[in-house]
Amino acid sequence: MESFNGFVFPNELHITWTVMIVLYPYITGMVAGAFIVSSFYHVFGMEKLKPIAKYALVSSFAFLCFATVPLLNHLGRPERAFNILITPNFNSAMSGFGFVYMTYMVIVVLEIWFSYREEFVNRYNNSQGILKFIYGILILRNSNVNENTRKYDKKLIVILGGIGIPVACILHGYVGFLFGSIKANLWWSTPLMFIIFIFSAIVSGLAVLIFLYLFVHWKRKIKINQDSIDLMAKWLWGFMIIAVTLELMELLSISYERTEKWAVLQQLIGGKLKISYVYLQIGLFSIVPFLLLSITTLWKNININLKNFLIWLSSGMLLLQVLFMRWNVVIGGQLVSKSMRGFTEYFPGVYDKEGLIVSFLLIIIPFILLRAFDKVFPFFEKKSISN
Amino acid sequence: MDDIDRRKFLKLGILSSTGILVGSLYAFSTRGVKKDFRTYDDLLKYDWGFIVDTTRCIGCGSCVRACKVENNVPDTFFRTWVERFEINKNEAVRVDSPNGALESFKENNFSADVVKAFFVPKLCNHCYNSACTQVCPVGASFHSPDGVVLIDKDHCVGCGYCVQACPYGCRYIDTEKGTADKCTLCYHRIQHGELPACVNACPRNARIFGNLKDPKSAIRKILHQRRYGLLKAELGTNPKCYYIGLDLEVK
Repeated sequence: MESFNGFVFPNELHITWTVMIVLYPYITGMVAGAFIVSSFYHVFGMEKLKPIAKYALVSSFAFLCFATVPLLNHLGRPERAFNILITPNFNSAMSGFGFVYMTYMVIVVLEIWFSYREEFVNRYNNSQGILKFIYGILILRNSNVNENTRKYDKKLIVILGGIGIPVACILHGYVGFLFGSIKANLWWSTPLMFIIFIFSAIVSGLAVLIFLYLFVHWKRKIKINQDSIDLMAKWLWGFMIIAVTLELMELLSISYERTEKWAVLQQLIGGKLKISYVYLQIGLFSIVPFLLLSITTLWKNININLKNFLIWLSSGMLLLQVLFMRWNVVIGGQLVSKSMRGFTEYFPGVYDKEGLIVSFLLIIIPFILLRAFDKVFPFFEKKSISN
Repeated sequence: MDDIDRRKFLKLGILSSTGILVGSLYAFSTRGVKKDFRTYDDLLKYDWGFIVDTTRCIGCGSCVRACKVENNVPDTFFRTWVERFEINKNEAVRVDSPNGALESFKENNFSADVVKAFFVPKLCNHCYNSACTQVCPVGASFHSPDGVVLIDKDHCVGCGYCVQACPYGCRYIDTEKGTADKCTLCYHRIQHGELPACVNACPRNARIFGNLKDPKSAIRKILHQRRYGLLKAELGTNPKCYYIGLDLEVK
């Protein structure tokens, strides 16, 4: 029976969740991913990742500070945002958000504080006037640094990192659950959603760290810690394989079951999402980085500069892949009419309150914060190439 | 005699005007007015339900217009709308609802050969297991004791999660107020014993409203006599809006 393809419920002409809701999981993904990478060293003791551990932790914090901004910008009544903490409805998948977010914030801030404590104390000792006062508050007037305090700080970092990993997974897996638990939406409703979200978070976390690390080191002409980069690139390769495979396997099983769901979704994939999903997310930004990273990981005799360039390129592409993945999930799901008879349209305006310029700014601001932090507390080792 | 009459007259006048004054004060004071608000226990005697008889609907759109006027529904958003289904001899199905049928239906979808056509009015199903109240993070969406799904607009944060969760597309974010909105079964009217505006406006009695807890109510009688269907029953939302003559094509 042939059916006409153009009916959406009248209220569905409006897309409720805009590009802001695309950015939120994108940014929290980087938060969770970067934190997990920093924990590879702090908790699991991977010495090779030591040079990037602090940088990863601070990056996680920088993204975390701005993760809620797109949400607040999207809320119809942002001044009531705290209702979610004051009167949470625990039947709602969304109600835990504030609590998980705050717990995670506390863990990250504490972990940063403990890993920077010694540096704060040094600065306190070497500064004068108002700066000394500020550092004094920052170290809580305790300028003791000795073997014992170092041991104690390190122990606490391990504990915080240990708690932080599950909380980071919850923070992001839970965003996936938020989508996956909506039975009304064919494209979202799958128990795999939160697992896919966690893996894609780690991919975006690794990718942003590598991308920024190499970029900054080239720009400042300082020596790249090749061991760290190689290991991270390997992890990136592994995690992107898992993330993409999971997503494709899920699609395969939906398609093989041949239910009504697939009848609708295949029109979505072959129609409205053809470019952003099939060509860009899967084709260009998954397969190409996979091949590039396969080369850099498996080919031992490759020229170092070329290798780093390929790693940099693929991490940049994977950053876009994850962005497209968020777009395809959040927007793609809303394009399908709940009448199962058609699709609606959406593309953000340039100057809108929830438009492209605002989105661009929201992505850039965490990097500016990171740059400012680096200016005060440099987190990269300063070995120039000539050494 | 005149004096006595005058005195009597004045006395009577003062007394009666005082009487009117006191009486009217009493009559217009709030003390004596019966409160509209029923107590919680009173509300528990009701469980408001809805029947849509698709076999009776003629697609005039009166209900949509009545709803818009009664509830100040913003343009391009709908608390209720009417869908038109047309099937031609090639078994092709066409569905439309131009502007929610606010101006009724003007043009045919198929130029000819329509073998079957019908209208289906839609509104909030006020489900027993509503997905929208389940997902509201702040508890602003709730079930009233008399079985109506309502939104506390002074508490809603406008996150839009309920809009996503409703399988029937019945909710929207009121862009002016920044909060979620939907059909309330005209809660402000049914409290006074009036009918919802759409039920009142329907010229064909295609919409039937009543108390499901009352065994003698018309709605219960009709449900006992007629065969009906539910929208997307497989999702387990347990809707309370019953569709008589529901076609397979309607989702």
